[in-house]
Amino acid sequence: MNIVEVDRLRKNFGPLEALKGISFSITPGEIFGLLGPNGAGKSTTIKILVTLLRKSSGSALINGFDVDRESRRVRESLGIIFQDPSLDERLTARENLYFHSKLYHVPAAQIGERIRHALQLVDLQERADSLVTTFSGGMKRRLEIARGILHTPKVLFLDEPTIGLDPQTRAHIWDYLDGLRRSTGLAMLLTTHYMDEAEICDRVAIIDHGEIITMDTPANLKKNLRHDIITIATSDDEAIAAALRDQDGLDAVSSSGGVRIAVDDGQTFIPQLFARFAGMIHSVDIEKPSLEDVFIQLTGRGIREEEASSADRFRRLVRMRRRR
Amino acid sequence: MTTLFSDIMTIVRRDVIRSFRQKSQLYGSIARPLIWLFLLGNGLRNSFAVLPGNVNYVQFIFPGMLVMNVLFASIMAGTSVIWDREFGFLKEIMVAPVTRVAIVVGKTVSGSVTALLQGTIVLALFPLLGLRLSPLQIALAILGMWLTSLAICSLGVLIASRMTSFEGFGTVNNFLVMPLFFLSGAMYPIHNLPGWLKALVHANPVTYSVNLLRGVILRLPGDHLLGISVILVFTLLVSAVSVFLFTLEGTGR
Repeated sequence: MNIVEVDRLRKNFGPLEALKGISFSITPGEIFGLLGPNGAGKSTTIKILVTLLRKSSGSALINGFDVDRESRRVRESLGIIFQDPSLDERLTARENLYFHSKLYHVPAAQIGERIRHALQLVDLQERADSLVTTFSGGMKRRLEIARGILHTPKVLFLDEPTIGLDPQTRAHIWDYLDGLRRSTGLAMLLTTHYMDEAEICDRVAIIDHGEIITMDTPANLKKNLRHDIITIATSDDEAIAAALRDQDGLDAVSSSGGVRIAVDDGQTFIPQLFARFAGMIHSVDIEKPSLEDVFIQLTGRGIREEEASSADRFRRLVRMRRRR
Repeated sequence: MTTLFSDIMTIVRRDVIRSFRQKSQLYGSIARPLIWLFLLGNGLRNSFAVLPGNVNYVQFIFPGMLVMNVLFASIMAGTSVIWDREFGFLKEIMVAPVTRVAIVVGKTVSGSVTALLQGTIVLALFPLLGLRLSPLQIALAILGMWLTSLAICSLGVLIASRMTSFEGFGTVNNFLVMPLFFLSGAMYPIHNLPGWLKALVHANPVTYSVNLLRGVILRLPGDHLLGISVILVFTLLVSAVSVFLFTLEGTGR
């Protein structure tokens, strides 16, 4: 059985269609990524799935339970890491986990052991009794992960889990999540607009303007992009670019950075290139396509921070303050 | 039922631990009524020659100061839910398998505990004003303050159930809290007021709190049972509306 089953899910905010009928499913143990720019509908999707927002039409089942009619069962089945930190900073790590266990009705006899285990999983045992205010951004995120899995959910939702964290901390968080998946077989749905993060997903759905425009494994998505980009610096860029264009029919452009050539398979093309223009090539660079390129190809624009509302900006400010 | 009760207790325990760790709020809550009592109270002392029960003006407004402290603290506690909703723990509670009743009641009760503490600290100043209170009077005064905090916290939670940003908070303060306070008879006797003002005063639930506390502390006659009933009914009605609004949340209505 699928842990998450979403079928033709729609959400309107007045005249605005935030979700235009998206469908996807997540199997046990799978990491599923929703990738897209701000405002694409990622957070709306998560809010509906975690019962914080009512859908307009379509169906959404979590662990077999309907998000509208069986919201209590749904809530018991899922864990969530919110985009904004939702820890209680004036409580200790242990207290945060304790109150979470109580709210999820974990049997009293098991609470102590579960907290110990969860803290161990995210390497926070030594700070268990420190106030969360004293934690770094990465530690807070780890504590939220520990809290999210305390009631043994079937699926963990992560809404931009590494937003506002520095690259090193981001990498650590992904290590923890990957380890978690391997040790518990927990399914995860994550939203992100960091391309490199989406690459750890088993499958990725690219969402834009409320629609899923493609859905596949990261490797397959990139395979559909025909081109590797090879850039060479040579002693005569113009002549080589012209030769490649006229004789081979390739897409080759000479610019200040050298000759850029789009080819299907860069690895096999480079040796041919060197054989033909022996002695003329000074340097060579090959770019493999990234999910960013996939997104650009599909939507005609890059993923970037779109204009933020004042509430968003304020939220970001608070987030930064909290993450310090 | 036992689950509901234990959910409420979880929310209350957490909030009470938190507010005890935030000492500055507590200090502020002691300073405010002291300033009002000793600066304003003594300043106006000679302007009010005839007060019910033959008390001086500082003694007369003392119950009002208790209510003021509880009122401000309760509104703050209730509306802290707004902050909690956007940036904090409320989301964590909203996705937890707990009922909306537990959230509304838990938030109301926890706010009332904090507010009651702030009122009780001021109550402890009574010997400085030349008042003598029996243990029974003290117990009744604390009970009265608690009922008041419950009523006002439920109002704060109701505001928070519909307000999603702090931008409107100044409006709430000016158009709700201040009128509630000034129309409660906390600062002046209400028996000689013009008719329209009297009507407003009697429609204000805080008036019944002030009367109740004044009656208990200054040993004045009055219908305290009526006062208690009005406050309780108000609290229940307001909480019921909050539960309804919290249940609607996310439906877009």
